[in-house]
Amino acid sequence: MDLTLHVWRQKGPQDKGKLETYQAKDVSPDMSFLEMLDEVNDGLIKSGKDPIAFDHDCREGICGMCSQVINGRPHGKQEKTTVCQLHMRQYNDGDEIFIEPWRAKAFPVQKDLIVDRSALDVIMQAGGYVSCHTGGVDDANAMLIPKPIADYAMDAAECIGCGACIAACPNSSAMLFTGAKVAQLAALPQGKPEAKKRVKAMTEALLEEGFGNCTNHYECEAACPKGISVKFIAKLNREYLKSLLPSSTGV
Amino acid sequence: MILDGKAPTGQVDTSWDRYREDMKLVNPSNKRKYKIIVVGSGLAGGAGAASLGELGYNVDCFCYQDSPRRAHSIGAQGGINAAKNYPSDGDSIYRLFYDTVKGGDFRSREADVWRLAQVSNNIIDQCVAQGVPFARDYAGYLDNRSFGGAQVSRTFYARGQTGQQLLLGAYSALSRQIKNKTVTMHPRTEMLDLVVVDGVAKGITVRNLMTGEIESHWADAVVLATGGYVNVFYLSTNAMGSSVTAIWKAVKKGAYMANPCYTQIHPTCIPVHGEHQSKLTLMSESLRNDGRIWVPKKAEDCDKHPSEVPEEGRDYYLERKYPSYGNLAPRDISSRSAKEACDDNRGVGPGKRGVYLDFEAAINRVGKKTIEDRYGNLFDMYEKITDENGYERPMRIYPAPHYNMGGLWVDYECQSNIPGLFVLGEANFSVHGANRLGASALMQGLADGYFVIPYTIAPYLASIKNPGEIKEDHAEFKKSVEDVEAQTNKLLSINGKKTVSELHKELGNIMWENVGMARSKESLTNALKLIPELRDEFWNNVKVTGEGKELNQQLENAGRVADFLEFAEMMAEDALNREESCGGHFRVEHQTDEGEAMRDDENFSYVAAWEFKGVGKKPELHKEPLKFERVHLAVRSYK
Repeated sequence: MDLTLHVWRQKGPQDKGKLETYQAKDVSPDMSFLEMLDEVNDGLIKSGKDPIAFDHDCREGICGMCSQVINGRPHGKQEKTTVCQLHMRQYNDGDEIFIEPWRAKAFPVQKDLIVDRSALDVIMQAGGYVSCHTGGVDDANAMLIPKPIADYAMDAAECIGCGACIAACPNSSAMLFTGAKVAQLAALPQGKPEAKKRVKAMTEALLEEGFGNCTNHYECEAACPKGISVKFIAKLNREYLKSLLPSSTGV
Repeated sequence: MILDGKAPTGQVDTSWDRYREDMKLVNPSNKRKYKIIVVGSGLAGGAGAASLGELGYNVDCFCYQDSPRRAHSIGAQGGINAAKNYPSDGDSIYRLFYDTVKGGDFRSREADVWRLAQVSNNIIDQCVAQGVPFARDYAGYLDNRSFGGAQVSRTFYARGQTGQQLLLGAYSALSRQIKNKTVTMHPRTEMLDLVVVDGVAKGITVRNLMTGEIESHWADAVVLATGGYVNVFYLSTNAMGSSVTAIWKAVKKGAYMANPCYTQIHPTCIPVHGEHQSKLTLMSESLRNDGRIWVPKKAEDCDKHPSEVPEEGRDYYLERKYPSYGNLAPRDISSRSAKEACDDNRGVGPGKRGVYLDFEAAINRVGKKTIEDRYGNLFDMYEKITDENGYERPMRIYPAPHYNMGGLWVDYECQSNIPGLFVLGEANFSVHGANRLGASALMQGLADGYFVIPYTIAPYLASIKNPGEIKEDHAEFKKSVEDVEAQTNKLLSINGKKTVSELHKELGNIMWENVGMARSKESLTNALKLIPELRDEFWNNVKVTGEGKELNQQLENAGRVADFLEFAEMMAEDALNREESCGGHFRVEHQTDEGEAMRDDENFSYVAAWEFKGVGKKPELHKEPLKFERVHLAVRSYK
């Protein structure tokens, strides 16, 4: 199939950037979206032009590196799919495709489709962990965690940190991303001692980094390649409220 | 030269305990005087950086991805082994040790493997404490499943995303240390040289991938945890950015490369679909717990819909050839059997390079829901890539390059022959011998990072008289920066006709055809002729656009492929030298009448450590003889 691509090109963080049009010819339906872009890039290089810069790494849908808004939707139109797992059989001959970077104040564009997502790491550094030391911990079966709790934690932990939830949100809110980590650790006995401190610190970091608030659009869940549920935003709010309640120990 | 792995002598079972009793320590208030560089942020690097930072050392950690959470450990699906024996099915530290030595076809160092098996239990405890959501039963106990090459269920797992969950555990520990300012993280930074001063590792030269600036970083010790090199085959299950570059730069500075020919071709990957493919996708080995592998008995049945091939027309070749392990035969054996079936014209699917992985019997036995719970995400992934439903018709799979058992030579302390250079995880050669068992890579990465390097680096650091004595103003750092800049300028100035990926693909073809699953003197000699030719072409005909001082992904790839083109030759040399078949290294000249690998313990029971002698020059072989005291050398049988 032949396709017309309109791709966001931006030389650097200070450049204004604009959409450029390219033709993708003889695209096989078995190719992944990124393989289609690889081919376009090989053509650009051969004609002496700068290839399109885009983030990608594992190409198996788990590292969270790929980050493109395709025809207005982060990761494209297929549900629960990262760009690298999106295959060209989803498109038809003659289609026009618009490809843009994640758009959010906290994700400044670096070049073409590459953005800076280090703000997500900052949120995690604020408290996305259990403060255990290496070594000197209990036997793994000493603390029993019933399957439904383990499953709930795992549902939240599946987040790949790609940032699609933020790119999809009209407020550029990172509450699904943050909620998933807060919920995972709050559900588990290991995470409870620090639950209050954690939710406060992560929420503060989220606001400081320039992410917006949740106003229940649920675009995040629809865009999430792992289908992380918005129930974790509710859990985040609940944990946050709990952290505000007075307690004699502060825990 | 005969190399000494410096493993503690005496009873293997107590070697790690005795080592820790005798080792030198660095007292807590002195730790902050030392700076350690960790390159790589996967299971080994991330866990190592976090643990070293927590101990009080100053750690600088580097990764090429935009966040340490994206290292390719994240791709591991199936699970992690440990000798917990929770199911009471006969497991023990000894048995995990024995299975690993045997699985590696008796080509690993006993003491290193014992230590791995011993600390495996600590890893599970550690991960649970971090909040890693391992699979559990309704009573709340941890669940286990089995993997290839073992007759016990010792594999812990988190759905089909175990690597991701373990990595996020390590990443959380690392994040905590970054917050505490014991670790400084340098994402989007690639190591392009090792700086060696008077024979001792003292730092690295890196490229800031966002700005293109070349920078120097000094340290009292350098730890490489930079993963694997099977992208030398172009198509592999590795991440696109995975490369040999960091460890190859160390080799060029004098570090020995051990057993580079030991590469693992994983049996259960999605077959190649076309010319434009950029990578191969693995389907977890855990699928072999419930899936049955078969091909039609007759070549004429291969084009039929699988449901039209009657039961008696199917060859469940693993169950037939290896009845006691069946579909859970080790990876090297399963891969080779798939190749044999396809070479016999009984492959299925487009191109006829595929075998069936059939879940019908399992679905009839336990129901679709259970299979969906166990492997749902893998079935989804399979459907996205192939447009076929694995519940309704058997999956098609074929072997693909996945892992390397070879890597930089290290002694028992994970220290290379260059003092001050330590190597962890897949980047070293130490524990998997000639073949790695499933669910053991995660175990090794975390063992090295959490429980080995925090101990074994101390004696070296304690021996340094003046920590921080050599810094970035030393002449060797300046020279290294000049060398890196010269290579960058050279790559940008060639302005040839072929793209980096075209040349990489050509290298991949040479390696897959000649240094792949079946190797011969003829094929290896051919590779040794073709690789230098392609390398010459690369340096005369590659086209890299853009500039050095900017974000330039083509330039990054060009540097990696340039290193693969040098490394590939050493890999073929090693395969040519090893006149035996063992584990993942199969020489067609050395097989039994039944086509099984034939080892030559008399002549090849050694680690081959290669010293770089210049590009295009034959490397020099050094040997570390392998001693087996706790296990008896035996023919590896899974029948």
